[in-house]
Amino acid sequence: MNEFLLIFRKENESRESQPSPEQMQASIKPWQDWLGGIAARNKLVSAGNRLHAEGMVVKPGNMVTNGPYVDIKEAIGGFTIVRAEDFDEATEMAKACPILTAPWNGSVEVRMLMEREL
Amino acid sequence: MNEQELLPHLFRTEYRKIVSVLCASFGIEHIETAEDLVSDTFLAAAELWSLKGLPPNPVAWLYTVAKNKTKNLLKRDDLFRNKLSPEIRYHTAASELPELDLSEQNIRDSQLAMIFTVCDPCIAPEAQIALALNLLCGFGVQEIADAFLTGREVIYKRLSRAKEKLKQEQIAIEKPVAAAVGDRMDRVLTALYLLFNEGYYSMVADSVVRKDLCAEAMRLAYLLTEDAITDTPAVNALLALMCFHVSRFDARTDERGEIVLYADQDTRLWSPELVGKGTFYLNKASQGTQLSRYHLEAAIAYWHTRKEDTAEKWEAILQLYNQLLQLEYSPIAALNRTYALSKANGKEEAIAAALQLGLSGNQFYHSLLGHLYTGIDTAQAIGYYEEALRLAHTPAEQAPLLRNLERLSNPAHESHNP
Repeated sequence: MNEFLLIFRKENESRESQPSPEQMQASIKPWQDWLGGIAARNKLVSAGNRLHAEGMVVKPGNMVTNGPYVDIKEAIGGFTIVRAEDFDEATEMAKACPILTAPWNGSVEVRMLMEREL
Repeated sequence: MNEQELLPHLFRTEYRKIVSVLCASFGIEHIETAEDLVSDTFLAAAELWSLKGLPPNPVAWLYTVAKNKTKNLLKRDDLFRNKLSPEIRYHTAASELPELDLSEQNIRDSQLAMIFTVCDPCIAPEAQIALALNLLCGFGVQEIADAFLTGREVIYKRLSRAKEKLKQEQIAIEKPVAAAVGDRMDRVLTALYLLFNEGYYSMVADSVVRKDLCAEAMRLAYLLTEDAITDTPAVNALLALMCFHVSRFDARTDERGEIVLYADQDTRLWSPELVGKGTFYLNKASQGTQLSRYHLEAAIAYWHTRKEDTAEKWEAILQLYNQLLQLEYSPIAALNRTYALSKANGKEEAIAAALQLGLSGNQFYHSLLGHLYTGIDTAQAIGYYEEALRLAHTPAEQAPLLRNLERLSNPAHESHNP
């Protein structure tokens, strides 16, 4: 069994496109149902976390810039780690992720974790 | 209570107290001496009381005799005294023989300390429960064997090995200090949870024994809530969970000992008093920021005490199971979550989720799918119920499955049992 990092990306939010508190509340259920479903198969390694929109980028030469980043349209909104036999199974899990649907309409990047060397 | 009933009752309630105080006073290495001494005390009571009738205060009589026997042991047994007296945690002068402190406070402290000793990680969980029943609950070998539906020999060996281990490892009998309570409490709560479940879910032992196990687990949890150091949010949540579950105890089986499914239970047999108690402890558990699996399970159990089949109820239960599974996976939580999913989001979604659970060796997986396919695909439903039947061990487990199969293969009958 391998571990896969699922990275959720969505379009950067403008001030106007930020969800209302009611929308935020309603958005909890699909995520909890999705995570609960993976956990019920004993395939959840870490529910991970959601990320705030703002951030900083540090580059060589003590260059620090503010996010969100003009050069990328999509920002990372959160991550989860799951257990799966292979990419097929991990991708199947990702296909049910709420980030792919409204209001987010984002994407999931599926990456296999390297095994830690003992 | 007459003498014939009183003695077994006192054995159950007092044996554990005196043994705990003796062990806490002399150390776990003398557990056998302690047990022999208390057994002798009860033997003396049985002989004398049957001849001369009950003393005015039987408990005080037992304590006095136990104290005297302790003194005699110290007087008589040079080896015991010389080797051990310096170790004894008494504050009396070395020249006088110490008196066993059987005050209410010391009994409580000793029992509390003993809970932590029994739940030491050097003892395997299965043995911890047998040991807890023996040392903390005053169950005899036969009673424990009945509870586990196994032979006396098995339990006897399990207990001796566990006691030997405690002696070898020289496990101290002491109440944890506040700073160290967290880790050790987790193990204690797990043991009490297992003890309770043994009583609540066992389909083999008879209902008197099972109720006893539940009551003992609750008594020990209650003991923990009585001490400032061990009165944590998690233990209150565990006690709340136990109260909510036990409130339905009598409704869960019918007069033939068969399981009555939740939806078919007679709510008049539910106990509002225990629901009230559970609510009290759940509120107490909610003080603080700690959220344990017991909090989530207690909240789930709370919703089950409300009979109305509302959308709000099943949505709440589904979300609690989602959280519980993210905290800790268990097959039973996965199956229950899928049932809640069917009530909240519909059967189609629940079937898809159920098929991915990977629990095809579990009879409840098959009976869940049987239930989910009922009304959608009768052939599938029958197939799953039949597989569940094949995996069911006892007549009590088989009976509801047979009833469901009967309903499915006889649709005319079904209209009477919607």
